[in-house]
Amino acid sequence: MTRMQTQSQSQSQAPLPAQDGHVTADGRQIGGVMMEMKNITLRFGGVVAIKDISFDIRQGEIRAIIGPNGAGKSSMLNVISGFYHPQEGEVWFKGYRRGPMKPYEVARLGIARTFQNIALFDGMSVLDNIMTGRLNRMKSGFLAQALWWGPAEREENLNREAVEKIIDFLEIQNIRKTPVGRLPYGLKKRVELARALAAEPQLLLLDEPMAGMNVEEKEDMSRFILDVNDEFGTTIALIEHDMGVVMDLSDRVVVMDYGRKIGDGTPDEVRSNQDVIDAYLGVAHD
Amino acid sequence: MIYREAGDFKTSYRDDGQTFPIRLDRWGYYAVLAVAFGIIPFLINDYWASAVFVPLLIYAIAALGLNILTGYAGQVSLGTGGFMAVGAYSVYKLMTAFPEISIVIHILLAGGITALVGVLFGLPSLRIKGFYLAVATLAAQFFLVWLFNKVPWFYNYSASGQINAPERTLLGHAVTGPATSAPAKYLICLVFAFVLAWVARNLTRGTLGRKWMAIRDMDIAAEIIGVNPLTAKLSAFAVSSFFVGIAGALLFAVYLGAAEVGEAFGINKSFLVLFMIIIGGLGSIFGSFAGAAFMVLLPVLLKNVLVGSFGWPTNLAAHIELMIVGALIVFFLIVEPHGLARLWALTKEKLRLWPFPH
Ligand SMILES: Nc1ncnc2c1ncn2[C@@H]1O[C@H](COP(=O)(O)OP(=O)(O)O)[C@@H](O)[C@H]1O
Ligand SMILES: [Mg+2]
Repeated sequence: MTRMQTQSQSQSQAPLPAQDGHVTADGRQIGGVMMEMKNITLRFGGVVAIKDISFDIRQGEIRAIIGPNGAGKSSMLNVISGFYHPQEGEVWFKGYRRGPMKPYEVARLGIARTFQNIALFDGMSVLDNIMTGRLNRMKSGFLAQALWWGPAEREENLNREAVEKIIDFLEIQNIRKTPVGRLPYGLKKRVELARALAAEPQLLLLDEPMAGMNVEEKEDMSRFILDVNDEFGTTIALIEHDMGVVMDLSDRVVVMDYGRKIGDGTPDEVRSNQDVIDAYLGVAHD
Repeated sequence: MIYREAGDFKTSYRDDGQTFPIRLDRWGYYAVLAVAFGIIPFLINDYWASAVFVPLLIYAIAALGLNILTGYAGQVSLGTGGFMAVGAYSVYKLMTAFPEISIVIHILLAGGITALVGVLFGLPSLRIKGFYLAVATLAAQFFLVWLFNKVPWFYNYSASGQINAPERTLLGHAVTGPATSAPAKYLICLVFAFVLAWVARNLTRGTLGRKWMAIRDMDIAAEIIGVNPLTAKLSAFAVSSFFVGIAGALLFAVYLGAAEVGEAFGINKSFLVLFMIIIGGLGSIFGSFAGAAFMVLLPVLLKNVLVGSFGWPTNLAAHIELMIVGALIVFFLIVEPHGLARLWALTKEKLRLWPFPH
């Protein structure tokens, strides 16, 4: 928790410089632009879910997207991960413009995510769920798998080792073999994070990772998110309702309302922005 | 505490991932294998071969196939009978066209041809799910039966419209044709069932199996971890149909010897194999065997007990069989979708703790 405080203090003293690459007060490396959304517009029939929004995500940062319910936050993550295809605008990733991609192709670029409503594989154990996160890294051929030949077994064990590290990291050793369907809500969220981490993503998208959690669970989850960012250098974009959490966690915040972007900056800049106060902070939220 | 895992520590991921992590299970498995390979072949006679063991093994292969598709990959199919027919007619055409080539190769090729046909009829699964997919596979069932009836080339223009398996030998023993001995029939089916079950286990424990289960449990989440639904579903159709095709080839060539497509591979077969995996357990290798054993043994048992011992009329026994199967299907669908395999696992869990309930 102390780190979270120093972090938010540091941000009030030193807003992000415009040029590429800098080091935060707590020693993390923030690099150049990793992902850039340019003038995205997404419509569902008559409903405009996202209206001409542009923002970027920098290498190594924690970027929050906030806004009232129905603002279009989840839709934005769905655009990034290839579930929705915007009618207008461009998506740039690591300096290249991305054409329309299927979700599994986006995953193979090194982008992993969790969902607002948990999307785990209920029929499989915790271990198997997390192992699925590594499917893209497992390359042994059909015949090797069918005969459980040397390479297939070696690959399985190597990936199992990597998964065990994540299990230790997220402190879920004791539920390894439990079917996911039997877990309580808070643990399911953690397993979903584990599955996303197993892919060793460059960009991790978290849709309300703390929704519906109690204070203790939220603190745990905040700690995990910070540690992931810190230890693995993973870039994170997260949607969150709890303003306190957002202020503590994030380097920069995008504020959305009714599909529009009404604010973008460090937590303190956003907090003092009059539009944001009117549209969001004034409105009751959970 | 008869059945226990305490003191049976795993010191590597390899040990932890093995098929039978608990020592007692492993011994049970070896014991079954020893009896199946070392004892039964010497004792088996024509009655036991044709009433119990040969159909059990063949249907176990078919059930494994359907279980891969439905139990592991979550794609419903009512086309099993039709795919078995593809296996049967493929092996028939190959046997008669290339008599000098080994029957084992023909059976494997028949599986391969069925896999291709399965992929073709699996294409709709990319667009439709559940009930609609079931109807599409039902259409495949009727189409395939119609095709093998209508096109005389498939049955070599025989006057009866039937196909008859000529005699083929393996290692000097007849394995098809009227002269085949009971042990030969049993052993060829046993070897196929054993190897295919092992392959099914390997595939389902690894990368491909996890892709199938991911698609089954939640296709959106499967995509987000990088599973291409197209290859995942079609590979399930291919592997499943390969198994089912081999089962059809064995059923015709080794078990029946002669077949008429509508009778041997009609919609009833599709339902029979579906019932096997529902009763045995969806998504379980053991369950495929348990379900096949149950559906093969039940009529034999009822016939022996009700008709043989109590002297009831045969058709009454048949009605009772239908009622029992119907009731069990409803029971398993509602109460225990993982079937006998799950009940067995629960029993073991109880035994593991016995006599201390907690
Ligand atoms: N698949 C969809 N079909 C139709 N409308 C949608 C769909 N997804 C989102 N929307 C609409 O887009 C708007 C934004 O939704 P969403 O992105 O879920 O908001 P948030 O996550 O900020 O609460 C809402 O009005 C919602 O009804
Ligand atoms: Mg949302």
